[in-house]
Amino acid sequence: MNRLLRRKLINGVMLTLTGVFTALTVSSLFVILGYLLYSGGTSLDWNFFTKLPLAPGELGGGMANAIVGSAEIVGMAAIFGLPVGFMAGIYLSEYDDRAFAPIVRYVADLLNGVPSIVIGIVAWTLVVVPLRQFSAFAGAIALSIMLIPIVTRQTEQFLREVPNSLREAALALGAHKWKVIATVVVPAGSKGVLTGMILGVARVAGETAPLLFTAFNNQFWNTGLDHPTASLPVQIYMRATSPYDDWHRQAWAAGLVLIGLVLVANISARFVLSRGASVPRG
Amino acid sequence: MATAVQVRHQARLFDKAGDRIARLATLIFAALIVLAAVLIVHVLWVDSSPARHALGWRFLTSSEWDPVTEKFGGLPFIYGTVVTSVLALLISVPLGVGSAIFLSELAPPRLSGTLTFLVELLAAIPSVIYGLLAIFTLVPLMRIDVEPFLRSTLGFLPLFQGLAYGVGMLTAGVILAVMTFPFIISVSRESLLAVPREQREAALALGATKWEMTWDVVVPYARLGILGSIFLGLARALGETMAVTMVIGNSAAIHASLFAPGHTIAAVIANEFTEATGDVYRGVLIELGLVLFCLTIILNGAARLMIIATTGKGARR
Repeated sequence: MNRLLRRKLINGVMLTLTGVFTALTVSSLFVILGYLLYSGGTSLDWNFFTKLPLAPGELGGGMANAIVGSAEIVGMAAIFGLPVGFMAGIYLSEYDDRAFAPIVRYVADLLNGVPSIVIGIVAWTLVVVPLRQFSAFAGAIALSIMLIPIVTRQTEQFLREVPNSLREAALALGAHKWKVIATVVVPAGSKGVLTGMILGVARVAGETAPLLFTAFNNQFWNTGLDHPTASLPVQIYMRATSPYDDWHRQAWAAGLVLIGLVLVANISARFVLSRGASVPRG
Repeated sequence: MATAVQVRHQARLFDKAGDRIARLATLIFAALIVLAAVLIVHVLWVDSSPARHALGWRFLTSSEWDPVTEKFGGLPFIYGTVVTSVLALLISVPLGVGSAIFLSELAPPRLSGTLTFLVELLAAIPSVIYGLLAIFTLVPLMRIDVEPFLRSTLGFLPLFQGLAYGVGMLTAGVILAVMTFPFIISVSRESLLAVPREQREAALALGATKWEMTWDVVVPYARLGILGSIFLGLARALGETMAVTMVIGNSAAIHASLFAPGHTIAAVIANEFTEATGDVYRGVLIELGLVLFCLTIILNGAARLMIIATTGKGARR
């Protein structure tokens, strides 16, 4: 009887403990968001979106150039990376040949796990060194290398969810395989594929490390895509590690803007898909 | 009449060619991925060659780092990377696996799905944001409350001695723990959910309590997937750059105390790469990058295989 009591006690204690752990891990999200909302909300003003940064010590100023710079870099990365990832995803899902496709799949997963700082080194060697200067273009190349494996795996996954009966029906009507893919499979999976693309872009938009020595930073409007360019994540890093209070305030404001973009992308992706289960990530 | 037949014939030819073209086009793009991976290895190898020729691999075991006098010892960075990652895992493994057990075994499916989504949102937060929060909240907290408390209770260990700076390896470990448990939770939960229902029913039928069923039957069944999730978390912790460099103190020295500032491979690359003058200095940083790359590739490669083996899904994450 004593033993039974002990077993029941252990049962109760351990199960409660797992509940406590879950509460701890989940609540960390709310602590993080709450603190950002509080500190960022009190720091954010209209100047942030419209003004250029000022010299240290001067109060005020904004990050208009970093917002535009981020848009340029991430936009270019999307233009380079999304088509590659999309096509490779089609290959993995529709032309799975059981020889080359598993290799691509595995390599894509490994690429996904390569530390972003290492990607920065590679983009530095491939783009910054030949062009002899930091540029938005180099930053975009770095981010697109990160984006491609994410989009590939997402596209593959969502295209695989298209029922085979749709493919067979189209083939039975005499359509060629490429027509089936272009007019049946991709449209049927388009919602998921698009969501995957949005999530991938949102993920690389927050990356800092690969931009440190590719796009570098800039206190002014950049004059072209081949010049050093400011971006929100790099600005947050520079401001947060600076000794000036007003720059800290701006780091919080930029943090709130960045997390807002990331969360909107993630949550809207969840609702667009609304498939109950968690949103798969690359 | 003949023209109509010809047109139809051409269309058919076009369709046939289209199949080949479409296959080839997607194949080329897929091959680009493999090419990118090969390119990464190639660049790291070639760019680190000045350092490898000048110093050889023994630089990995030397702990003296003074770029001005060209003394390049990589050990402090490797030490810092390993210590912070191990610290992170010590915190995040119990939390993560515990939460995964709750989410897969106890929580009703709807609640479990929502909570998992919330945890996965943590993984979507950019690392620079973690760094920002850590600088202004975690660092003061560690300096004023946690580190003095640890020193007064566990101070007999060399790990918890010395000045409480706030910035240091312990703080980096804590922030890394928060950044790794989303991975551990979501992958462990999936592995646990993949355990067949019969296993649970059999254990319960033999009179096991819910906890005994979970711990003695379900968890061992899913152990490979859980181990895989831990490897994934470890790989992320090793390669994490921004959050760590913002709180670790960036000092290239080896201290016994966890309160002391340290350095990691990723952090030293982020800090010193743009100002590295000379091929050897830059080569050393790239060689460190190569070491980091190899570590994460091995861990990730092993983790994916383990996860595929347990959940049967073709390495989804």
